[in-house]
Amino acid sequence: MAADTGETPADGFGRVSRTKDVAFRLLALAATLVGIVSLAALLLNVAVDAVGWLDWQFLTNPPHPNPYEAGFLPALVGSIAIMLMIALVTFPLGVGAAVYLEEYANDGYLTRFIQLNIANLAGVPSVVYGLLGLGLFVGLFNIGYGSVLAAAFTIALLILPIVIISAQEAIRAVPDSQRQASYGMGATKWQTIRNVVLPRAMPGIMTGTILALGRAIGETAPLIMIAAPTTVFGLPNSFFSKVSAMPLQIYNWASYPQTEFQYGVVAAGVVTLLVVLLTINSIAIVIRNRYQQRT
Amino acid sequence: MSRDSTASLPAGLGRRDFLAAASVGLSGGLAGCTGVFAAEGNNVNIAGSSTVFPVTEAIASSFSEQNPTVNLSLSKTGTGGGFGNFFCAGRTDINNASRSIADAEIEQCGNNDITPIELQVATDALTVVVNPDADWIDCLTVEQLREIWRAGGATHWSDINEEWPDEPFELYGAATTSGTFDYFNEAIIGEEENHRSDYHATERDRTIVQGVQGSEYAMGYFGFSYYSENPDSIKAISVDDGDGCVEPSIQTAMNGEYTPLSRPLFIYVAKESLEKAAVRDFARFYMKRAATDLVSEVGYVPITEDKRDENIEKLKAAIEEVTA
Repeated sequence: MAADTGETPADGFGRVSRTKDVAFRLLALAATLVGIVSLAALLLNVAVDAVGWLDWQFLTNPPHPNPYEAGFLPALVGSIAIMLMIALVTFPLGVGAAVYLEEYANDGYLTRFIQLNIANLAGVPSVVYGLLGLGLFVGLFNIGYGSVLAAAFTIALLILPIVIISAQEAIRAVPDSQRQASYGMGATKWQTIRNVVLPRAMPGIMTGTILALGRAIGETAPLIMIAAPTTVFGLPNSFFSKVSAMPLQIYNWASYPQTEFQYGVVAAGVVTLLVVLLTINSIAIVIRNRYQQRT
Repeated sequence: MSRDSTASLPAGLGRRDFLAAASVGLSGGLAGCTGVFAAEGNNVNIAGSSTVFPVTEAIASSFSEQNPTVNLSLSKTGTGGGFGNFFCAGRTDINNASRSIADAEIEQCGNNDITPIELQVATDALTVVVNPDADWIDCLTVEQLREIWRAGGATHWSDINEEWPDEPFELYGAATTSGTFDYFNEAIIGEEENHRSDYHATERDRTIVQGVQGSEYAMGYFGFSYYSENPDSIKAISVDDGDGCVEPSIQTAMNGEYTPLSRPLFIYVAKESLEKAAVRDFARFYMKRAATDLVSEVGYVPITEDKRDENIEKLKAAIEEVTA
């Protein structure tokens, strides 16, 4: 009796755990494949649709109601202009905030409150940021609805929490012993941050910023909220020019009656958007790796 | 450690260079802000009807090829949204409109010292469509249409004609911000009745097509150009305004047989905006192109050459008044 009860669970345990083991492995593999297969299917589908549409003329022409003459240039340039402005705004603000919170601020209630807020802001839906941008930049500061500046500032607000959090994590990862060593050499706090902490943390900060910029380039909802125009012709000629972005133009094309737009032109736009996104990411990764080797 | 700090010193200088570059960039940006008001004249901002949008888009596209330095923005906001939120508030120079400007809107523009100039650019035919499988229906009278679309009217097909199926309507129409809605409301429903509100309202014509394709008992209405792009997947209904059934086509709209659902399309130019060279050039360019094939390619009926000459005169007079 005692031997029986001792054996059965042992056997059962062994058998059940092996089946479970295999089953869980397969389940995990399936979970991985769902992601990869659907991504591959999407890319393949879009790439096949874009063949014959994505040509030089598409990249250099303004939009047109005739799908064979339609071009992407103003949206392409608009997106890049917005991205550059966003990088220029978020990088100093994000790193500055992270340095303050990690290196200077006391661990008091106020700091914890700010920290909590930043973490929560990272999860706020982008439409809400669009409304904020509409009220603040378009309404209060009156920098023009749908302008390059309004678009860049609004999206910069959106990705700022992500940049701050990742920069904080990168700064936190710098070993305290290095700071202490720097102080031991007689360096001031500013010298320590400049010469020890930031160079060490820079690759991590860059990674966070790149990922955030990747999110920014695909944002559409905040642009709709700040009344970015449906379509723009000609290139932005000032910071107050009305600007269109690639996702917005793609969304607009998807609503055109002709099936040539719904498949060919939209697919060509999507491929261009992906290529620009990957290019920005790889340039940034190259810069980051250079930095990593130098320090 | 000491090696570490010396190694990172050049990097620190690099960062300083970056900061310097960034501040140069920012001050350049500020300088740009002051320069912007000078460059403002190089922008043309347009909002308004999604029905007129493709016409303006086609013209703006060829204008842009000849004037690549002009920044021309075009939004779909619906006629009323365009007048109320953009044009009469002084935010845009031109408004696309699928109906004439309303008195309240003229007043709103007047309060902001904006004088709208009306220019007809094309004629549109509204099209009522049903699912191609709805084989019981080819033609509706204006009264029947009103009964279907008015508030508190018919709910089932059999309410209109006893031989038709005893199934509820599934209705897709233009959103209330749209000029298409205003026009349908005025032409079919009339002033005594209200347009029903329990229908799928949208600014996106594609949604209407998809809805009507999806159900045998669906019905919708939108601009003729959208139907002419999809003639096989949906069925257009002929309309009987008392003189027999007339089917919607470019022909019947141009000769005025397709009543009451053919309508003029306009652009409104703010007279004050004509002070800007870019707006003047664009408006002139638009008027010259409005009587060409460009409009019929988009699916609308072009205006006659007499009407075009009349527009050009009107524009010329306004420009002279502003620049004098």
